[in-house]
Amino acid sequence: MQFSLGPVLYFWPKAQMLEFYRQAADSAVDIVYLGETVCSKRRELKLEDYLKLAHMLREAGKQVCLSGMTLLESPSELRELRKYVDNGDFMLEANDVGAIAMLYEQGLPFVAGAAINCYNQHSLRRLVGMGLLRWVMPVELSGDWLQQVLNEGIIQDIRDCFQTEVFAFGHLPLAWSGRCFTARSENRAKDQCELCCIKYPQGRTVHSQDGTQVFVLNGIQTQSGYRYNLINQLPAMQGLVDVVRLSPEPEGTFAWLNRFKANQHGAAPQQLSDTDSNGYWLKLAGMATG
Amino acid sequence: MELLCPAGSMPAVKAAISQGADAIYVGLKDDTNARHFAGLNFTESQLTEVARYVHQAGRKLHVAINTFAHPAGWSRWQQAVDSAVRAGTDVLILADMAVLAYAAERYPQVELHLSVQASATNAAAIEFYRQFNIRRVVLPRVLSMQQVRALARSCDIDLEVFAFGSLCIMAEGRCYLSSYLTGQSPNTAGACSPAAFVRWQEQDGVLESRLNEVLIDRFAADETAGYPTLCKGRFRVDADTYHVLEEPTSLNTLDLLPQLYAEGISSLKIEGRQRSPAYVTQITQVWRAAIDAVMQDPAHFLVQQHWQQVLNNLAEGNQTTLGAYHRKWK
Repeated sequence: MQFSLGPVLYFWPKAQMLEFYRQAADSAVDIVYLGETVCSKRRELKLEDYLKLAHMLREAGKQVCLSGMTLLESPSELRELRKYVDNGDFMLEANDVGAIAMLYEQGLPFVAGAAINCYNQHSLRRLVGMGLLRWVMPVELSGDWLQQVLNEGIIQDIRDCFQTEVFAFGHLPLAWSGRCFTARSENRAKDQCELCCIKYPQGRTVHSQDGTQVFVLNGIQTQSGYRYNLINQLPAMQGLVDVVRLSPEPEGTFAWLNRFKANQHGAAPQQLSDTDSNGYWLKLAGMATG
Repeated sequence: MELLCPAGSMPAVKAAISQGADAIYVGLKDDTNARHFAGLNFTESQLTEVARYVHQAGRKLHVAINTFAHPAGWSRWQQAVDSAVRAGTDVLILADMAVLAYAAERYPQVELHLSVQASATNAAAIEFYRQFNIRRVVLPRVLSMQQVRALARSCDIDLEVFAFGSLCIMAEGRCYLSSYLTGQSPNTAGACSPAAFVRWQEQDGVLESRLNEVLIDRFAADETAGYPTLCKGRFRVDADTYHVLEEPTSLNTLDLLPQLYAEGISSLKIEGRQRSPAYVTQITQVWRAAIDAVMQDPAHFLVQQHWQQVLNNLAEGNQTTLGAYHRKWK
């Protein structure tokens, strides 16, 4: 079982990003995903900055993937994505099928991110045929669902051709919109957002009127109100999940990475907090805890 | 420019056809479509009857099979495609690449449209889905008019847009908010904010709506209470309580009709397979008149006051929006 750091989903100042990846280089993580996946207006780091970080992390012994934008709406966003595809060095995590079309055309292998709608063995087999090397299943799916897909007959002869990865820690990316909800929360229009999301390094929490943490606003992305935390499910993932993903948080990510590694085989289970959940993996509502 | 109307029952089919829909779209009575609601939709034999009725009137039938196949239930999605073709559908509206591949290989003579649930928002994504010989793409409701225009001018494929109805504010097919709260999403269960999880409770003159026990909204006595669709609830960010994601409102693109027509948009889709035959009657009347007017004389097209009145009365919260088509909404 390997551990990965997903792309930073929030908009952090450049200095904070550089510091975070300096720590990542020194950490026990195996795989690091780099890139802006939420909003093309966020440009604290440009592709060349990410590539510098990528080389630094590779020299530190990490496997590095670039991660592409999820909601692609304009020709300029496609041009930027094309640069990621053509970087010539690092594998790309496709978060939109548009990226897969570009990668396939170039004959390049890829990771299919959780926002790619691959829900069954037939879709998975097709994507493997197009160059998929690692499948991050949609966040709303369960361990049972993953097991069922992998048990299907048509997967058996290709099972060695790809890895499976599961989003296992952090606020779940649940939706993407044309509208920016962080700008809306400040009564700003998206066109005049002034990149106000940089003020919220872990997004803005949305509560129900009686106090439940329902969602987190992260620009055009809506995340789960609770932090997804599958640390206690790791023993059950053995043989099923090849890579366990932790999504970067402003504080404590590397401490959690160490806790995850320590509990791979169940030696160090953790008490979940009131604002943690693990429902999706257990075939429950995502915000539930089983 | 086609007028494509929703129908969840035979009376709705008849209403749409009699009021001048060029085509209707329907779903089968199971979780293979994104309006899997009790009392809605058609069995294969009912669908055969629908096809006969629609074809006698010289119109077209589209069948939506636009959820994502479950690993252990693959045959249900295959059978849905088989049933729709046997019943005589003209078009299949599909989202799952596995279902698309099956239909393209098994029934090359049947026209395939890419469902909005496939979430194709850009030219490269459309390129991806061309491997399934799709003829048309239904565009997600996240694009601005400018972005729709760019796609219409750069992609050599028919485009269909949503013209009126409930407004999904998230990129369709990539929204898991409903399963986060209830365990059921449009992708996996064919439903958003499912009715089985809704609970209403009145206390001290305040009406509360809950979805799987999560408080979605509170209504004072003088407020109209709407269905607790989770993205249209009133929540709190710091000290402010407001419609954090979106107000209860419906999409209405009447004002954009000349622009959509000028860009050669092939079809205007009316949302609402879950709505009543009376709704389908009124909505079809208005849009038939509007499309006829724009096609007759696009340069002098004017939105009639009474059209807007009818549409506002049918809209969620009695208000409408241009949604993402208008940049200011974003």
